[in-house]
Amino acid sequence: MSRSQDNALILNAENLKQHYHVKQGIFKPDAVVKAVDGVSFTLEKGKTLAVVGESGCGKSTLGRMLTMIETPTQGQLAHLGQDLLTLSKDEQASLRQKIQIIFQNPYGSLNPRKKIGSILEEPLVINTKLSKGQRKEKALAMMAKVGLKEEHYERYPHMFSGGQRQRIAIARGLMLDPNVIVADEPVSALDVSVQAQVLNLMMDLQQEFGLSYVFISHDLSVVEHIADDVIVMYLGKVVEQGSRQQLFDNPKHPYTLALLSSTPQLSPDKRRQRIKLEGELPSPLNPPSGCAFHGRCSYANDRCRSETPVLNKAEEGHFIACHAVEENRLEPLAVGVA
Amino acid sequence: MSLLQLENLSVTFGNFRAVDNISYKLEEGEVLGIVGESGSGKSVSSLSVMGLIDFPGKVGANQLTFAGQDLQAMPEKQRRKLTGSDIAMIFQDPMTSLNPCFSVGYQIIEALKTHQGGSKKALKQRAIELLTQVGIPAPESRLNNYPHQLSGGMSQRVMIAMAIACNPRLLIADEPTTALDVTIQAQIIDLLIELQRKKKMGLVLITHDLALVAEVAHRVIVMYAGQIVESGPAAEVFRTPKHPYTQALLASLPESSSGKARLEALPGVVPGQYDRPQGCLLSPRCPYAQEQCHKVEPDNQGPLDRQVKCHTPLDSEGRPAA
Amino acid sequence: MTTNTVSAPAPRTPIQEFWHYFSSNKGAVAGLAFIVLICFMAVFADIVAPHSPSAQARDALLLPPAWLDGGSWSYLLGTDDVGRDIFSRLIYGARLSLSVGAFAVTISLVVGILLGLVAGYFKGVVDICIMRLVDIMLAMPSLLLAIAIVAILGPSIFNAALAISLVSLPNYVRLTRAATMTEMSRDYVTSSRVLGASPLRLMFVCILPNCLAPLIVQATLGFSSAILDMAALGFLGLGAQPPTPEWGSMLADALQFVQRAWWVVTFPGLMILITVLAFNLMGDGLRDALDPKLKQ
Repeated sequence: MSRSQDNALILNAENLKQHYHVKQGIFKPDAVVKAVDGVSFTLEKGKTLAVVGESGCGKSTLGRMLTMIETPTQGQLAHLGQDLLTLSKDEQASLRQKIQIIFQNPYGSLNPRKKIGSILEEPLVINTKLSKGQRKEKALAMMAKVGLKEEHYERYPHMFSGGQRQRIAIARGLMLDPNVIVADEPVSALDVSVQAQVLNLMMDLQQEFGLSYVFISHDLSVVEHIADDVIVMYLGKVVEQGSRQQLFDNPKHPYTLALLSSTPQLSPDKRRQRIKLEGELPSPLNPPSGCAFHGRCSYANDRCRSETPVLNKAEEGHFIACHAVEENRLEPLAVGVA
Repeated sequence: MSLLQLENLSVTFGNFRAVDNISYKLEEGEVLGIVGESGSGKSVSSLSVMGLIDFPGKVGANQLTFAGQDLQAMPEKQRRKLTGSDIAMIFQDPMTSLNPCFSVGYQIIEALKTHQGGSKKALKQRAIELLTQVGIPAPESRLNNYPHQLSGGMSQRVMIAMAIACNPRLLIADEPTTALDVTIQAQIIDLLIELQRKKKMGLVLITHDLALVAEVAHRVIVMYAGQIVESGPAAEVFRTPKHPYTQALLASLPESSSGKARLEALPGVVPGQYDRPQGCLLSPRCPYAQEQCHKVEPDNQGPLDRQVKCHTPLDSEGRPAA
Repeated sequence: MTTNTVSAPAPRTPIQEFWHYFSSNKGAVAGLAFIVLICFMAVFADIVAPHSPSAQARDALLLPPAWLDGGSWSYLLGTDDVGRDIFSRLIYGARLSLSVGAFAVTISLVVGILLGLVAGYFKGVVDICIMRLVDIMLAMPSLLLAIAIVAILGPSIFNAALAISLVSLPNYVRLTRAATMTEMSRDYVTSSRVLGASPLRLMFVCILPNCLAPLIVQATLGFSSAILDMAALGFLGLGAQPPTPEWGSMLADALQFVQRAWWVVTFPGLMILITVLAFNLMGDGLRDALDPKLKQ
């Protein structure tokens, strides 16, 4: 352990896959839904990795695998150099404390029948042997850290606003001193000004505790603000992966371009030429052949329709899975035209 | 004559003022964005225009006219006829706005029948035409689909088709894209704006997404705790906001700050039923609040097309006037 | 400017909130009042009742209620065919009916919650086994099943109560299982799992308290059906054995005197009716107060 702790690498995932079997009736064979199909990344201490994509792209499933709510069908996942998937139950339980999750809906993620105090102390009750007084002390200290008042200790979740609940959820996630927080759309249910408060809080806590975030979101402007590295997913596959600068200043994959151009921009000079995407997201039950994006992509040719592209290195740390990029078929897009 | 004119409209639920004396005008062919956080009364104000406020809510206004017709004095039956044909509305969640028990075609045809009538064949033809207009591929086969067979984007297109079925002159869209994915959201907004231009409708776009309003609206209204705090041409309001709240909202957007800098978030939350402050409603959270702000409610200042409800409106540099 | 700011109400605890919603239902409050009264009478039957339930007054057979001709104020609701005071027997009968109801409901609630939680939590084969068993029980007419069970075990109050609790078990199992399955998919359960909570903790500390609301309502309504079933079994001679005072068997014993002495039948019947009604009213009120979907 001590050797790997010096190493700043906290989380290391290699080729993670999660395939579900879906029954389609007695006589048909089971369909396989490839919810996540081969995701690899490394996460360093104090860094934020953002996972971006639309609904059904597998970003939430990825989050659930990282927190070991679901076991991957295939692949490797290591935390501080320790393989998480081959551990015994007991070892898993102790490592589990180090990776915590925050959910999107602050109304569903807190037990409505429990007081804030006991919600915050639950992790300690389960995992430590602290006395009642020590637990309360820790809970109150954490509440102060996330900006809650002492009198909130005795209240129930329904007495709080969405932003305050998200603070409570964050506080609970931090009770066991984790080093990775998986945040599944933590601010998308919140109002703009409250969203800013919560994002600020998350960044402050990251600095104070040296946390690493896996930040799952569909909102590119939030991601651009908070992320160090970004993964763009489409239908279970990574289509583009790179640092924030690489992805936002020099996006390559047609899907990333479309996502960026679809996001409304406040200032006219930041607006990109709108790439009209035809059609809807394909069903994961019946994914298209070849590149999953070819049905909506204006650069698609025969090769895209038949051959699945693999992630290729474009430059150091920047990976793209696209035949068109590989063959240099893309036209540059103008920025700053409304 | 304006298409829609509101003067001092208030909506109260018991002691609680959800909408507090708001006034605005909407011209034909204009896109008006109403922005605000949850609880700002932006949805309630539009529901009251539609006549959809139920007991115990009470609507009161000095003036509430649609194309010169007084909506308040109008008999209930006539008003019902007006809303749905001349005034239409689409809602946030397309999945729950469609009745899951009936096919899409049946629901469109029902809507057409109540307002227009005509033979069964003509109605069906019109329904297909509408679905084509909102960009649904293979509309004939879609008519027999049930809502659960449609994706969110498709459902919202069907809702739009139903809303424009009677060629409304005013369309109110209440968070039409919030429940949708980013790329689908762009499709739906493009569709709405295209239809609005083609049919020269007035469009009221209610949303919490400031950037969206900045891109498509001609004029914008910023609401806070039931009041309009600022209104004006969209580009101007977003470039040089005059109200501290608008300024703070814009500053709290992640895209306003570069890199990993802290976002400038207003402290506190929108006041609710029990903690409405005296004087200016923003005063407890406002960085520029002075003594009079805590005591006296400010009036609307500035010319009619660029109003701001503040004692010390901000200048072009973003600093409060002396 | 006047300072008429409305001050925020102090955040209510769940109990205060419960009472707020419950008390707005007048019928439910009336039901609760009657149940409290009955409970009081049942507990203090020895003090409240003017006579012993089995004391026979040979000189006062089939005496009418006090306010009728020939009635006596020492026998408020008249006497039955062997001269026992009907009022006293009703009070002692309440003791029996309520305790049988409580016993039957407790047994079926505890067993039902256990089975339902296990079925809903583990799903799969366990779930299928439990639910098919429950389906089979539901396929049989409940009273017939109860009669069969009592016939096998032999007629007695205890066996009757056991039969009733067994018969009402399926309701609780299904209700708990459905509630458990909904709660299982909620995020707060997932986050407890991420924290490493054991299945037992998840089931009983996390999930169960959130399933309780519909179960409490069902238990209240189950109380009334237990009283009814008990009366029916008593009426058929399969429940309490004479001379134990029990509302159902009081009805059955006095059936032959319906023509001559209406009060012998009417008062036990009324007692059953009002008690069951009171429990149903209270159950409705509880549902209003506990079901978040009905709250506005």
